Amino acid sequence: MGSTGEDLGRRDLIKRSAALGLITVPTMSFLSACASGGDESTKGPDKAPVTKENPFGVAKGGKLDVMVFKGGFGDDYAKAWEAAFDKKWGTTSSHMGTQEITAKLQPRLNGGNPPDVVDDSGAQQIKLDVLAKAGQLADLTAVLDSPSLDDPTKKVRDTLVDGAYEQGLQGGKFVVLKYVYAVFGFWYSGKLFKEKGWTPPKTWDEFLAVCAKAKEAGIGGLAHQGKYPYYINVVIMDLIAKKGGLDAMKAIDNLEPNAFEGNPAALAAVEAVYEVVEKGLLMPGTNGLTHTESQTAWNQYKAAFIPSGSWLENEQLKQTPEDFDMKFLPMPLLADSKLPFEAIRAGVDEPFIVPEKAANKAGAMEFLRSMMSREWSTIFAQQANSLTVVKDGVDPSVKLRPGTQSAVEALKAAGSNTFSYRYPDWYSEMDNEIQNASNELMAQRIQPKEWIKRAQAAVDKAAKDPNAKNNKRS
Amino acid sequence: MSHVAQGRRKGGFIASFLIAPLALYLTFVIWPYVQTFGYSFTNWTGQSPTFDFVGLENYSALLEDEVFRGALWHNLLLVVFVPVITILLALFFAFMVNAGGRGGAGGVQGVGGSRVYKIVYFFPQVLSLAILAVLFGAIYRSDEGGLLNGFLTKMGLISPEHPVEWLNEPNFVLWCLLFVVVWHGVGFYLVLFSAAMQSVPKDIYEAALLDGAGRAQTFFRVTLPLLWDSVQTSAVYLGIAAMDMFVLVSTMTSGQFGGGPDHHSEVMSTVLMRNFLYFGKSGYACAMGVVMLVLTMILSLITLRATRRERIEF
Repeated sequence: MGSTGEDLGRRDLIKRSAALGLITVPTMSFLSACASGGDESTKGPDKAPVTKENPFGVAKGGKLDVMVFKGGFGDDYAKAWEAAFDKKWGTTSSHMGTQEITAKLQPRLNGGNPPDVVDDSGAQQIKLDVLAKAGQLADLTAVLDSPSLDDPTKKVRDTLVDGAYEQGLQGGKFVVLKYVYAVFGFWYSGKLFKEKGWTPPKTWDEFLAVCAKAKEAGIGGLAHQGKYPYYINVVIMDLIAKKGGLDAMKAIDNLEPNAFEGNPAALAAVEAVYEVVEKGLLMPGTNGLTHTESQTAWNQYKAAFIPSGSWLENEQLKQTPEDFDMKFLPMPLLADSKLPFEAIRAGVDEPFIVPEKAANKAGAMEFLRSMMSREWSTIFAQQANSLTVVKDGVDPSVKLRPGTQSAVEALKAAGSNTFSYRYPDWYSEMDNEIQNASNELMAQRIQPKEWIKRAQAAVDKAAKDPNAKNNKRS
Repeated sequence: MSHVAQGRRKGGFIASFLIAPLALYLTFVIWPYVQTFGYSFTNWTGQSPTFDFVGLENYSALLEDEVFRGALWHNLLLVVFVPVITILLALFFAFMVNAGGRGGAGGVQGVGGSRVYKIVYFFPQVLSLAILAVLFGAIYRSDEGGLLNGFLTKMGLISPEHPVEWLNEPNFVLWCLLFVVVWHGVGFYLVLFSAAMQSVPKDIYEAALLDGAGRAQTFFRVTLPLLWDSVQTSAVYLGIAAMDMFVLVSTMTSGQFGGGPDHHSEVMSTVLMRNFLYFGKSGYACAMGVVMLVLTMILSLITLRATRRERIEF
């Protein structure tokens, strides 16, 4: 029996079809996602007349479709908001809390029937620069210009904390309302430091000294979330901003040709971080750990410091010992720094957007306006143990945990000395490449000079992005 | 009735059974491919239904994409090593549990306890890849809490100060992943080869035994030639699995959709996903998908051709 002749061998047939079928398996699962729906329905609900109380003309009894990221903050706050919204406007809200934002949101964007309000957050968020380039983000300037619910003589714009407006810009338009206010720096255990008699360091040399003492005591100095170099980049970038001043930071965001290369502050910052590695002051193995693994090790007193944002306390609630006494520390200073020790990166996060093709855009805008009220902000602080971008938006009766409390105090001490980077939101690829370089640096596979070279190459590449001319800050 | 007409009628008869599956196949497999092919000529962002036609731009960009080229190289390495190692191990074990035993009046049989071995070997196949990723994540964990590092520390081979960061070592990471795939696959192919071996008539083995053939001779002269069909199919299957690797790489290694450290474990599917979703370059990612498809088909054809032999009937 051969495979010639009209009689195709039974075995051959089965074998070939099995092979064919299998070929399709690896590629198909990704590519079937390509299938995009074509029709764009522009059915909108009825509109009510625009009044002072109803600046967007929300019609009573409409529908509101809300999708939120159900991560460290849960989604109970959103349910409470929706209930309040429905009560006031007679709407019926449909709620979806999910961790798989991309999987749930992408097909709806492509199909032209997106939700009305989206909290596009978490590990599976759709990057904001990507959404902006695809023209999917509605301009939210109208929300900023509408009267505040708490005090109609004020505009919503005036109730935002400093920096929140700038961090919502894409290509010069305000399209993202980032709702959570977070500070970034090092974290340590108040209990451990008290026990060992260490004082929280204010300069990088003091920081290295504490790390060295920790090493002598048999624990690691610095832990970082090695598998996610995002966190060690916080350290590098904040050192650059504090040493070189705000201009050094803006040079990076504005993709200047000397953002890293030939910038002495940048080199000094990278060398400072590298010193930790060279002196063996990293917690052993930290370079390969995930964020939860390294944070938990830190909670078990295996390291003195860890870098993170103020969501850390919430994220680690279950792993943190009762008497851990979590404390926040602003990034210690390098010699001749332009910004004071108190200066901190204060960022906003948890981006809320309204898709350009949302069916109930008016309702969505009103929803965002309500989020900026004191009532809703307090709901969030209570349910999620976190600050919001609403100025003085949390009722003083809400009791905060020690970590969050120390972050609030640091924020007060910083006053107007806060700063934040934009490039991770504006240029995903550049961010990714710098993260890779940092990973190599921490593993001692490249030297600081090589890091600078790679980071500058990433900047130069991003400068070719057509959006680069709109994403400027001053 | 002419020969041709007879063939045609037979074909029509078979086809009538296949209409429903064929329709499903066309809709859910072939049509997405056609779409992918179409999208690969556009600058589609993946987040909106609008895009422009850019011709071959994506493909020419692909040629210069060092990350993708690196990924392609890794895939090719895996395509060589995954099937070879898995099949050799599976064949060896299958032979041992089926025909490796010697002596006794019963003639050909497996080594002692072969039934138990068969079940134990099959265990890994029961686990899903996602569970495997977690399991091996704990084994390769980079501090001394990891199973491997803990073991090596206890043995005094490495100091607890400098544990091996298995998945963060450019020279190890791909082999660590390869090990997982092989560990996972051997059991299944062992069972597959066992089944094939059991269908080989006992008298052939007995004849070989009587002629004084040793284990090695029995294996190379009798078992392997009779199993060639199964080996060939397995090679194609494993080759295709090696072209994919998405689940393991994306969950076990660092970076968006894996591929770290610094692209040293990158495979085509992870580069594809990162461009498709994270960077919003879906048109470009579709071009990668097309390249992946073409390469997989070529490799399958080569494997089937290269391993073609005269079939031995029994």
